[in-house]
Amino acid sequence: MRRMTWFNVTSLTLGFAFLYLPMLILIIFSFNESKLVTVWAGFSTKWYGEVLRNTAFLDAAWVTIKVAFLSSCLATVLGTMAAIVMVRAGRFRGRTVFSGMIYAPMVMPEVITGLSLLLLFISLGMDRGVFTIVLAHTTFAMCYVSVVVSSRLVSFDQSLEEAALDLGCSPVQAFRLVTLPIIAPAVISGWLLAFTLSLDDLVIASFTSGPSATTLPMKIWSSVRLGVSPEINALSTIMILVVAIGVITASLINKRNVVRQQREEAAAEKLA
Amino acid sequence: MRRLLIAVPFLWLLALFIVPFAIVFKISLSDLAVAIPPYTPTLDIAEGWAGLKAFFAELDFENYIWLTEDDLYWKAYLSSFKIAVISTLLTLLVGYPIAYGIARAPQEWRAMLFMLVILPFWTSFLIRVYSWMGILSQEGYLNQVLLWIGVINEPLIILNTNIAVYIGIVYTYLPFMILPIYAALEKLDISLLEAAEDLGCSRFSAFWLVTVPLSKQGIIAGSFLVFIPTIGEFVIPSLLGGSRTLMIGKVLWEEFFSNRDWPVASAVAVVLLLILIIPIVLFQRNEQKQREANQ
Amino acid sequence: MALDVFAPWDDPNAKPLIQFQNVTKRFGDFTAIDDLTVDIFEKEFFALLGPSGCGKTTMMRMLAGFETPTEGKILLAGQDIGAVPPNKRAVNMMFQSYALFPHLSIWENIAFGLKRDKMPKDQIGERVEEMLRLTRLEKFARRKPHQISGGQRQRVALARSLAKAPKLLLLDEPLGALDKKLRQETQFELMDIQETTGTTFVIVTHDQEEAMTVASRVAVMDHGKIIQVSTPDVIYEAPNSTYVADFIGDVNLISGKADPQGDKLHMHWAEGQPAVVGSPLDGATKGQDVHYAIRPEKVSISAEKPENAANAIQGEVHDIAYLGNISTYHVQLPGGQIIKAQSANNRRISRRAFTWEDKVWLSWTDTAGVFLER
Repeated sequence: MRRMTWFNVTSLTLGFAFLYLPMLILIIFSFNESKLVTVWAGFSTKWYGEVLRNTAFLDAAWVTIKVAFLSSCLATVLGTMAAIVMVRAGRFRGRTVFSGMIYAPMVMPEVITGLSLLLLFISLGMDRGVFTIVLAHTTFAMCYVSVVVSSRLVSFDQSLEEAALDLGCSPVQAFRLVTLPIIAPAVISGWLLAFTLSLDDLVIASFTSGPSATTLPMKIWSSVRLGVSPEINALSTIMILVVAIGVITASLINKRNVVRQQREEAAAEKLA
Repeated sequence: MRRLLIAVPFLWLLALFIVPFAIVFKISLSDLAVAIPPYTPTLDIAEGWAGLKAFFAELDFENYIWLTEDDLYWKAYLSSFKIAVISTLLTLLVGYPIAYGIARAPQEWRAMLFMLVILPFWTSFLIRVYSWMGILSQEGYLNQVLLWIGVINEPLIILNTNIAVYIGIVYTYLPFMILPIYAALEKLDISLLEAAEDLGCSRFSAFWLVTVPLSKQGIIAGSFLVFIPTIGEFVIPSLLGGSRTLMIGKVLWEEFFSNRDWPVASAVAVVLLLILIIPIVLFQRNEQKQREANQ
Repeated sequence: MALDVFAPWDDPNAKPLIQFQNVTKRFGDFTAIDDLTVDIFEKEFFALLGPSGCGKTTMMRMLAGFETPTEGKILLAGQDIGAVPPNKRAVNMMFQSYALFPHLSIWENIAFGLKRDKMPKDQIGERVEEMLRLTRLEKFARRKPHQISGGQRQRVALARSLAKAPKLLLLDEPLGALDKKLRQETQFELMDIQETTGTTFVIVTHDQEEAMTVASRVAVMDHGKIIQVSTPDVIYEAPNSTYVADFIGDVNLISGKADPQGDKLHMHWAEGQPAVVGSPLDGATKGQDVHYAIRPEKVSISAEKPENAANAIQGEVHDIAYLGNISTYHVQLPGGQIIKAQSANNRRISRRAFTWEDKVWLSWTDTAGVFLER
């Protein structure tokens, strides 16, 4: 292997500094005593207290979590179905349209998706609120889920399913007892992705929500448009940490499982 | 069973993705009205065939003509395109060395570095853009540092200019550029470079003649992944850009929420979609080619 | 002939377990199985042998129910099983990749099929234990598939497919993933298990040695057709075509023109060379194109022209392959054709009789080889 060159070390250092410094600064200044965000005036956690006492934030957070949970569950079911159709159903009429509909929402500008869904809800005369945001988020998140799940299904050894059929399973049983447990990690990461996409979304939620439902990003949006505020810094820090801890834990668990499996496989071959 | 499996996601996407577009298209042909909903005509099914005929008779391309007449719109499209092109190039310039550095890092570090690139993608987009507001503002951290070092005497004005928009786009879309390039570079066999050097290339020309062409697919994919969403970007120009930063996503938002002119907003969306179809199709074709090459 | 020889295929009254009746299978334009008819009997160990793409796997997948015939019928114990889905067939399959469920333990893998049959719990336990004993896996019951070795995985796959006591067990390249030594051991194990359980086995393989070792009958396939189906010794000694002769083991093939003379057939194959003499070929007429196949071990090699040999040709040693127990001499005939002759190395190598470029005589009896039409 080649040694790391100075060029590589420098570009990695600068690159990761660029990626992480802004968030790091934000986290540091969330502990700033002063109301003036850019002037350091001593350590304090008072803005966290402010955030936790702010019922508007808490209400919005609750709405966001509700929306994210419902839409990610729905999106996981629909996305997994779509993935199975894409990988397994073979040819059928409308297949091109189907795969187009799966990929298009991912590259569609959010303003268009949001606008079009809003106009749909209005022309159907639906009351806008949590329910319509859930519908909207499910629609674009299911596409991400189906991409994640179908990339796992492509490498899935089909003879496992055939073995299940051969041993007496109906096709539904074969899916439930064999395929699903094996692709579960991909389904779970699809769910996680759908959940965070929904947590993050501002534009589509702004279009499709009504006066009764304000999500956290919408709340943050209306306040950051006026400028930087220490309260938002504290709230952002909480959100960043929650996501970072979640993602890091998930990937560590995953890595540990892979390492353990490799070690056990090596041990089994040695013993034989 | 199979039919049900196909039908459920198919109908879902049909109802919540295709039908909404049809509605957007229809409204883009309607006229603004002081009513709820704020446009005419609305289809009155009760009137049957005659109602349908009257409905179609009232649709026209007025809003599209309006888009060409008011220079705000085509300037916004042009400026979105310009901003998207420039920031895609900048992202490539910043992203390539990082991807290259990760691909050449020791094996045991790579997974960690890779995760560090993905991690920001999981955190809120809005917060990531917001974090730059405190840095770039006139009394922000960047100016404080520069003044303290003595590089400048007066604070730079960065926030609310196009420069801030470029920084914001490069920052938020960087992972989209790094990931495909890294995927291409990781597959690259080091012995190819050694062979090139063995055959008389310098380090640099080996990089230029071997590494870059072999990572072409990654560069193309990454560029599309940055370019396509940037064109319709709304959050970044609104938070970091100034009043003179024209981007079509922002125009659409304002047309809809501030002016409440739904027919024009719909027409803006339809035209944006038509513009985006070309890069989207090119991108899909590139992906297809790559999939076939891998098989 | 002894009556206890297992040969139901020679008994006109025997009822076949499986009947392929004019079965054709097409995938689009490609014909995988071409108008194929064959009977397989109960308790047989039947091998489908052929190169990849010959249709052997398609035949097996039709038996398992993963493919349906385009034309023709497949009968299992007299019943047409064409429309029966795989989960309703008394047929089980051992997959080439083993297809062990990675999320289930060895015990649960073996019990999987039994649970689908709604067998009572205590009976499942008994049956699984029995299978674990049969395949010597008792110690590994609680492990997951990735925690055991390749050879053990192979046995789990076998145990799982046998657990439901199927009428017919299909084995798709069952030993393909094992190394050579383990493969040979496992072949005998498979035969033992087949005999103990009395199950009918159909095995798909491209390894001719494996087919010859384990099978009671071998079907040699090519391009969707069965070229010859017979016991291993007949396939080896009396192939019905150059394809079969060439596919199974090592063979010398000589082509020429037929010349029937009395109860022998002569074949003229080169100017100035004596004709090859052998047992006649039915329906061969004078001047017809025929082929002669003879195994290297049936060709003797000597320095002097042997007395009374029905066939004797002189040539020059071109190459020698020393294989330990035997040596193969590649002898070039005056026309340029190479004939392989094998001799056992009973003597030490230093005293070997022939070396490169020696003039030698090749000879064989008139029953050593066979004439073939195609």
